[in-house]
Amino acid sequence: MFRPLKLLLAAGGALALSGCQYHVLAPSGWVADQERNLLIISTVLMLIVILPVLFMSVYFPLKYRADRKDKSDYDPEWAHSTKLEFIVWGVPILIIIALGYYTAVYTHRLDPYRDLTHLDAGEPVEVQAVSLDWKWLFIYPDLGVASVNELAIPAGRPVNFSLTSSTVMNTLSIPALGGMVYSMTGMETKLHLIADEEGTYPGRSAHYSGPGFAGMTFDTLAMDEAGFEAWVEEARGAEPLTADSYLELEQPSMNVEPAYYGEVEEGLFDRIVEMCVEEGQVCMSHMMMTDMMGGGGLEGIADGAAYSYDHARSIDGFGNLVPRETPDYSAHGAGHDEGSEASHSADHGATHEEADH
Amino acid sequence: MATEHVQPAETWNWLTGRFTLDWIPYQEPILIGTFLGIALGGLIFLALMTKFRLWVPFWKNWAISIDHKKIGIMYMVLGFIMMIRGFADAIMMRAQQAMAAGGAEGYLPPHHYDQVFTAHGVIMIFFVAMPFVTGIMNYVMPTQIGARDVAFPFLNNFSFWMTVAGALLVNISLFIGEFARVGWLAFPPLSGANYSTGPGMDYYLWSLQIAGVGTTLSGINLIATILKMRAPGMKLFDMPVFTWTALCTNVLIVAAFPVLTATLALLTLDRYMDFRFFTNDFGGNAMMYINLIWIWGHPEVYILIIPIFGVFSEIVATFSGKPLFGYKTMVWATSCIMVLSFVVWLHHFFTMGSGADVNTFFGITTMIIAVPTGVKIFNWLFTMYRGSVRLELPMYWTIGFLVTFTIGGMSGVMLAIPPVDFQLHNTLFLIAHFHNVIIGGVVFGVYAAVTYWWPKAFGFKLDDRWGKRAFWGWFVGFYVAFMPLYALGLMGVTRRMNSYADTGWQPYFIVAAIGAVIILFGILSTFMCFYVSIKNRKALACGGDPWNARTLEWANQSPPQKYNFPQEIQVTGRDMFWKMKQEGFKWSTDYAPIHMPKDTATGVLISAFAFVFGFAMVWYIWWLAIVSFLAMLAIGIGHTFNYNRDYYIQPDEIAATESKGAAA
Repeated sequence: MFRPLKLLLAAGGALALSGCQYHVLAPSGWVADQERNLLIISTVLMLIVILPVLFMSVYFPLKYRADRKDKSDYDPEWAHSTKLEFIVWGVPILIIIALGYYTAVYTHRLDPYRDLTHLDAGEPVEVQAVSLDWKWLFIYPDLGVASVNELAIPAGRPVNFSLTSSTVMNTLSIPALGGMVYSMTGMETKLHLIADEEGTYPGRSAHYSGPGFAGMTFDTLAMDEAGFEAWVEEARGAEPLTADSYLELEQPSMNVEPAYYGEVEEGLFDRIVEMCVEEGQVCMSHMMMTDMMGGGGLEGIADGAAYSYDHARSIDGFGNLVPRETPDYSAHGAGHDEGSEASHSADHGATHEEADH
Repeated sequence: MATEHVQPAETWNWLTGRFTLDWIPYQEPILIGTFLGIALGGLIFLALMTKFRLWVPFWKNWAISIDHKKIGIMYMVLGFIMMIRGFADAIMMRAQQAMAAGGAEGYLPPHHYDQVFTAHGVIMIFFVAMPFVTGIMNYVMPTQIGARDVAFPFLNNFSFWMTVAGALLVNISLFIGEFARVGWLAFPPLSGANYSTGPGMDYYLWSLQIAGVGTTLSGINLIATILKMRAPGMKLFDMPVFTWTALCTNVLIVAAFPVLTATLALLTLDRYMDFRFFTNDFGGNAMMYINLIWIWGHPEVYILIIPIFGVFSEIVATFSGKPLFGYKTMVWATSCIMVLSFVVWLHHFFTMGSGADVNTFFGITTMIIAVPTGVKIFNWLFTMYRGSVRLELPMYWTIGFLVTFTIGGMSGVMLAIPPVDFQLHNTLFLIAHFHNVIIGGVVFGVYAAVTYWWPKAFGFKLDDRWGKRAFWGWFVGFYVAFMPLYALGLMGVTRRMNSYADTGWQPYFIVAAIGAVIILFGILSTFMCFYVSIKNRKALACGGDPWNARTLEWANQSPPQKYNFPQEIQVTGRDMFWKMKQEGFKWSTDYAPIHMPKDTATGVLISAFAFVFGFAMVWYIWWLAIVSFLAMLAIGIGHTFNYNRDYYIQPDEIAATESKGAAA
């Protein structure tokens, strides 16, 4: 079955050459390559049953037309045949077994969480991708640089993505390199890709995320080692990405041009994941620890503002920030005067520094 | 600031809630044009109703009617009207995407475009496809089992008007305020209080909640009807396949819709009362919503398609002049699909980071559904095999369905393979796939059902010429509109973009827009077909059994009398009407009094107040919400004191109507 497969793969490649970029059929990375192969295997397997069905769907009504000349084969009572029913159930089951086998093998092989060290393709590059309203921030923790709406990677080396989001859900999608994974606020997801060849591949958010969604695109520049190093060097010359400049960048904006940051504050990504970049916000891991130990209790309500995240990021239908005052939680905590004072300071002490380790 | 436009300020007063005149979209020329069109059309309609003195007949014969046949027809009318709205949204999107390439912005800014795609999805699923399948089940199923009406006739009327109330609420959002900008399933956090400010998302919630009440009650009603109201002697395995599929669908409705109700209620609490189920902060978890909504959402697509499988089973058997091949397999296959539809929901978010084992499990369960579905297709094919196939209008739709749905099923299995889905998730390939099964399945099925049962409902056939034009418009239009989207999906093009940079995609979008215009031709031909057929109804008139059919709904007159059957039928097997015809069956003239339910206006009134309640909740007009809610309760309780609910039709009256119907 592998010879016709190769032909089909070639046909897919030819399609890609016909002008438009069929990134899914003619990809540029191992992961996407494997995914394309599976797409073609499954299509071929299904065509075994689909083609006869399509043929019969048209042939039977024409052949057995009521106004045909010879109606001697008309059998008005024939409605059951054990043999046929056996085939009718058996053939699809066999095909699904074959498909299921491929699914199990490939789903494990191509698990987006599985790193690509098995390819022996060199040292992986770590990239922390954050979807903001409405642009992508890429942080290179090992290199200490960051970029907006432009992803540079060395061709031939695996890329390990850690994904999160500042407000709503998005997916990081670079079809030429392989499948996508969601980025979600307060969570960290993983994705592993590799570019086999140098080139510029379009990337974007593939999950609708609000009014600026259409412009949430970026170029993936897969370069040789020298080119990548030059790119990093150039980025080093730019302004640093600190908690403050991150909070400024995080504000809603649309169709953003690529930008660079020369230095990245230590642990910034973890604080984005934990929703505590802002001074005075309680990090999620700390909140969960508090909850595990019984929670903040009624007196904890007064600390609500330190846990509030979405409220300050409200947008209207056009993508403008809605100015909102933080609700006054302290009123709810009234009556727990001394006790609440104590818990106040305890909580505030455990803000973003917690996440730095 | 992202754009120069700003949403009206957040204010509140006790009288009009958060509504201010700023929320009337008078700066949007498209909406003003639509409003003027609808207002003008509406005024002409109202004037004509008044001129021909149709208000009283409409109220007496239709609005308060608890006759399942009339309710069924009203569901279909609702479906067709809302299809115009949903299709207008579709053609606007196709035009926008055909224009907005390479820096061009088209004519719809994101704020408007995002409402359009949300409204398109919501309307097409909840207010087009659902009324269609509910309407067909309502009309056909009781007569197929030889019943006089559904088990709870008042509830049926109430369910219908609740669906109308929900539909009205969606439509009123066009001119008062705005609609949601979140996609048809409204994933949080985007649909939460902070990222969807304004009334749009609340219109979404309340219209679906109100319509959902109708759907759930109708599901209970139809299950009870099938289980308790079958003609004497009809065993479960004597039921026509359409009734079987109606049973499976309604079981799915009753099992799945409460999940939707609960999920939307949780989101409502988030939005109205600062709860934190699906927020980012305070321990909320948006992924939970996505799990819950798809636990309803996947069965929902089977709620739509299973009755359509039943429709085609009836049509193929009738027009092939043979019993359905493999009746029992068909029933078991349907039941398998019903159960399996609850264990596949995760395939909608393989890309959300679940592990390889979980993804494999849900990928394989999804593929397994292809087995019973494939069996059904083979059964229809083998029903035609060695048959005597009459290629009438319903068969055109059937063959179109077999071809199109098979292709859609194939792309569905491709998407069911997790690594393939990693690439194609949220691309236009997915859009092409589900339109492939919903247009090729549900829409073609509804058309097949309408052309098949129209003669039963009205006593005359549909015009063949315009009927075929409608078919070719839809069939060709579908392929021209959606094959380019498959291609774009394989290029990795994402859904829901109001503009894009790559001009290489534009030719595909232009072809897709041309396809939408061809579909428009199909839709216009449909209405032309109705008009021409009604005009020529004398020439197209037919008897009770124009297709030489096999099941009981064809045993009575066309259109049937309100009591459906003058006498009870003793059922002795499958395809009962076929058997009766072969035994030379004639109705006797020895009539007994028939027990019938009385019409009631309660359903209309409660639903009217439900509409007001929904509107008041959307705009935070608390006093009105309280008043309308109390009114609903009062009318509902008042109805329980109505003991005058039934009457008997006497034998002489039956004899008169039967002889009149036979003469006509």
